[in-house]
Amino acid sequence: MNIAVCIKRVPETAEAAVNIDSSEKHIIPDQLVFDINEADNYALEEALLLREKTEGDITLFTVGSKESDEVIKMGLAKGATRGVRITPENLDNLDAYAVAKLLAEQVKEGNFDLILTGCISSDVGNSQVGVTLAELLGIPHATLVIKMGIEDGFATVQRELEGGLLEELKIKLPALFTIQTGINEPRYASILGIKRAAQKELRVIENITAEGMKAEVVKMYYPPVGKMAEILEGGVEEVSGKLCEILKGKGLL
Amino acid sequence: MTKDIFVIVEHRRGEVRDITFELLTKGYELSRDRGKLLAVLLGFQNEKIIDKLKPFAETILNIDDERLKEFNAEYYQIVLSNLLQEKKPFITLLGQTAFGIDFAPSLSTAIDLPYSSDCLDLEIENDTVFTERQIYGGKINSRISLAENWGYLVSVRPGSIAPRDVELVAEVVDVSSPIKEDIDYRKFMQYVEAAKGEVDITQSEVVIGIGRGIKEDKNLSMMEDFAKSIGGVLACSRPVVDAGWLTKDRQVGSSGKTVKPKLYIAVGISGAFQHVMGMKGADTIVAINKDPNAPIFTVANYGIVGDLLQVIPKLNEKITELKGA
Repeated sequence: MNIAVCIKRVPETAEAAVNIDSSEKHIIPDQLVFDINEADNYALEEALLLREKTEGDITLFTVGSKESDEVIKMGLAKGATRGVRITPENLDNLDAYAVAKLLAEQVKEGNFDLILTGCISSDVGNSQVGVTLAELLGIPHATLVIKMGIEDGFATVQRELEGGLLEELKIKLPALFTIQTGINEPRYASILGIKRAAQKELRVIENITAEGMKAEVVKMYYPPVGKMAEILEGGVEEVSGKLCEILKGKGLL
Repeated sequence: MTKDIFVIVEHRRGEVRDITFELLTKGYELSRDRGKLLAVLLGFQNEKIIDKLKPFAETILNIDDERLKEFNAEYYQIVLSNLLQEKKPFITLLGQTAFGIDFAPSLSTAIDLPYSSDCLDLEIENDTVFTERQIYGGKINSRISLAENWGYLVSVRPGSIAPRDVELVAEVVDVSSPIKEDIDYRKFMQYVEAAKGEVDITQSEVVIGIGRGIKEDKNLSMMEDFAKSIGGVLACSRPVVDAGWLTKDRQVGSSGKTVKPKLYIAVGISGAFQHVMGMKGADTIVAINKDPNAPIFTVANYGIVGDLLQVIPKLNEKITELKGA
């Protein structure tokens, strides 16, 4: 079984300050640490686990700048077969549809049985590329997959709905699934894997221009300061005391 | 030419989901002076759902087909691509939920409609559609404009629009289902309920939510001690479940449980909207986080900016003292 995994390099912003540049259309990347998008890392792991059970190749695809080679190489070190990085000239102005179109052009050549992506990217969070790609390839899909099994040309998957409810679907391959975090335990690359990755194929598609964008960022701005918590000031001792007094006053202790 | 607003009704197991009423509220506002507000209902034996929707829309387009009994993106795409191309609504609204996420991107691609997902709001200025989105974990907002077209698809984040009663009386129009053959490449098999855990976090008056900021599982016992001394139960955001530190039944948020305790203390939780959806109804919310820009502080009543590894033991000590006194 041949598997394609689409991954993205994103900044880790959960605990970092994020600043907008002077164009007001991009953030300033300088102080940020980048890594593979969290959900994509689970998608990659799911491909690696499947490959342990069946023969076949894993091809990684990404649309991004040269720096994205880092996340491709990390995937190759974990055991993927080869990587493809797509870098159009107008990389800075893509929307989710254009990214899916760029991926489709390359992925359709590969004759894949299964295509996996993360269910959401932690940067712009459209949850749009995977399902758009499936439509462009003319194959069925399921999103938010939290359990997956393959048998006789069909996948049985569980999708996460709401309030803890799941639905089980049976989907004919080839198919595309967007993978939810928590489906597995992503591995780390081994030293040997990192050495081997240096020898693996990393194809670069450049000198192309993406077309068909339908959504444009007019501007980025900081969220308006609305309701804000009363921040307790002072050292650890003092704020702990203050909070206890507040909770006690409300009859919560 | 009138510019109608369509709202795709979201329902599961016979119940209309809250997002539908949020969308109908926004849809009503957008449709004034432009056109009509239509609720588009795909399902099977829809009478009960129609009764619930009637006061919120001017027209209900009712597509009744046994194959629409459970949600299936493939059937939805057949029905909606036919309907949208025929009726040409100006804006079609749907929810950024497990339901909308699964069919909107492919539908927009199939019929070539500009699509903006996970929007907090949308505006129309001189026939151009602008949407407001939250990116980078809620630390930045972005304003998006959609390319000119006859129609647009916009998915809206649950909880971003306060639903209002609009007191309409909808006319029900039956639309025949365009589905011809059964689809064999995607089949709904069954619902699977989440496993029940040892405690029901929805029943506790005090809930301590822990998040990514816990860093290592060795810090769990400290949090358990804290929960115990304050008389609460331990709950968490998604990353804690993903890491295998707590079980799924402890997860608070849109894909987990919704809690409404008297006191919710969010410890090391940044405040992603998926989590906030599940706890914003608490009477009093306290957030402890080392990042002063964490969105959780916009949800909380009281905040402590600091390292939880220092704050929690001190807080625990003070509470134990107070309770002992």
